[in-house]
Amino acid sequence: MSQNNSQNKHEIVEKNVGLMAILTVFAISFGALVEITPLMFQKDTTEPVKDLRPLTALELEGRDIYVREGCYNCHSQMIRPFRDEVERYGHYSVAGESVWNHPFQWGSKRTGPDLARVGGRYSDDWHYAHMIDPRDVVPESNMPGFPWLATTEVDTTYTLKKLQVFRDSFGINQSNYDGKEGKPLGYGTDAELQADVDSIKGKTEMDALIAYLQQLGTHLK
Amino acid sequence: MTTFWSIWVIVLTLACLALCFGLLVWNMKNYVGVEEGESCGHEFDGIEEINNPLPKWWTIMFFATFVWAVVYLIAYPGMGNWEGLFKWTSSNQGITTLAESKQATIDNQAAGKRVQLDQEIAKADERFGPVFQQFAKQDIIELAKNEEALEIGQRLFAQNCSQCHGSDARGGLGFPNLTDKDWLYGGTPADIKKSLMDGRVAVGMAAWGAALGEEGVDHVAAYVLSLSGRTVNQKDAESGKAKFAMCAACHGVDGKGNTAMGAPNLTDNIWLYGGSQRAVKESITNGRAGVMPAWKDILGEDKVHILTAYVYSLSQDK
Repeated sequence: MSQNNSQNKHEIVEKNVGLMAILTVFAISFGALVEITPLMFQKDTTEPVKDLRPLTALELEGRDIYVREGCYNCHSQMIRPFRDEVERYGHYSVAGESVWNHPFQWGSKRTGPDLARVGGRYSDDWHYAHMIDPRDVVPESNMPGFPWLATTEVDTTYTLKKLQVFRDSFGINQSNYDGKEGKPLGYGTDAELQADVDSIKGKTEMDALIAYLQQLGTHLK
Repeated sequence: MTTFWSIWVIVLTLACLALCFGLLVWNMKNYVGVEEGESCGHEFDGIEEINNPLPKWWTIMFFATFVWAVVYLIAYPGMGNWEGLFKWTSSNQGITTLAESKQATIDNQAAGKRVQLDQEIAKADERFGPVFQQFAKQDIIELAKNEEALEIGQRLFAQNCSQCHGSDARGGLGFPNLTDKDWLYGGTPADIKKSLMDGRVAVGMAAWGAALGEEGVDHVAAYVLSLSGRTVNQKDAESGKAKFAMCAACHGVDGKGNTAMGAPNLTDNIWLYGGSQRAVKESITNGRAGVMPAWKDILGEDKVHILTAYVYSLSQDK
């Protein structure tokens, strides 16, 4: 009966799994093609903010500790353009601040507060005390302590390599940083990078993580 | 957005709508050759396929989404560079400095754009601005007696200051108690306001461990503790007194400190980093340097003014 009815063209899709899959991919690709692809080519989303600088050796290692300890599971780094957020955290996050975040640390869950502009908001001593045991400074906190960071030295085996990858892969050029504060790394020579790596030997993971946190969100000036 | 990407977005968006619309219309007709509601002629395990049409409510809702899409794409920015009739946008785009952000707010307002965030902030300023401005004109000492201002100050404190100074403002190890009369940088309203606005970065106490040696540290610690009337080994203290000349540069010959440098008073038995012999030795050996962040840019002067009054009120006798 119906199976033999040549008028029912929809049946072709129903009976060919491969074709069905291709058409499904075709159908759902529109969203990405319209909403994601153009962003990769917009000046608005690819231009670094004026004072952006690459991370120093210590900060970069701190970033990796941030990732390793899973800080992004509870802390976002994305201030949305709502008044309540802007009032609490500061200027909303802009794309140009994240262009060198690989991988980005925007997160999607706020068990703890947003950290996009935590840089300079607390003293290093506070971060130290807070990381050892958060309840020492914030009694109602449910954040776990990370005391081992204070007694573990930063592993610098791959630091130079990471800095080189950073410098070579993301279109970082010197003109972006001339006269900007902070160590103007990223476009540095291998010797400069090596010197920076040497300078952090003996630093603890705590030092690295705090250095990373203290620069967060400070480049939009 | 360049013309190319604008066209890209428009073409793909319209194509997607057209394809969905076509698919819906196409599937509304019965091609199966079986009357609606009749069996398609096959069954599995007693389950029969009936040739039912698309549910009417579902089809109507599907059409409604097209109406919505057309209205939305005319009213709001969705079609490439088309701004939308409402000229609405969630926030200013393409910001690379804070100055640009401020300028964009002004420019977009002049251009008649509706920037959601800017509108929210303007509305809040209209409502709360006069409250803060009215307090901003008042003298801090007067303001510290104003219940309403203190309530606002208390909330600002809980939000921004309690992480270090504690919700009761009594501080903790390394974070000053704000309820006593001992001030590192001075306790006048002007001093407090300056601390809040610009922050304080301690000149920093140097590490004296290497210079003094272990015994030297013991002796200086004994002398320092004796300044606030603690019982110590007299011999050690006398030896420490001789070495205290180095400390006097910041803490003063009498050990009463210096608010210009943030050097604490050592004679009042108030200890920022702990007053045990061990803690004092630790301070002398490795040095100390506290940092108070600046709040000018985060809170703005009007809020800092109220916060100053609140902090000032904490140490006043009631």
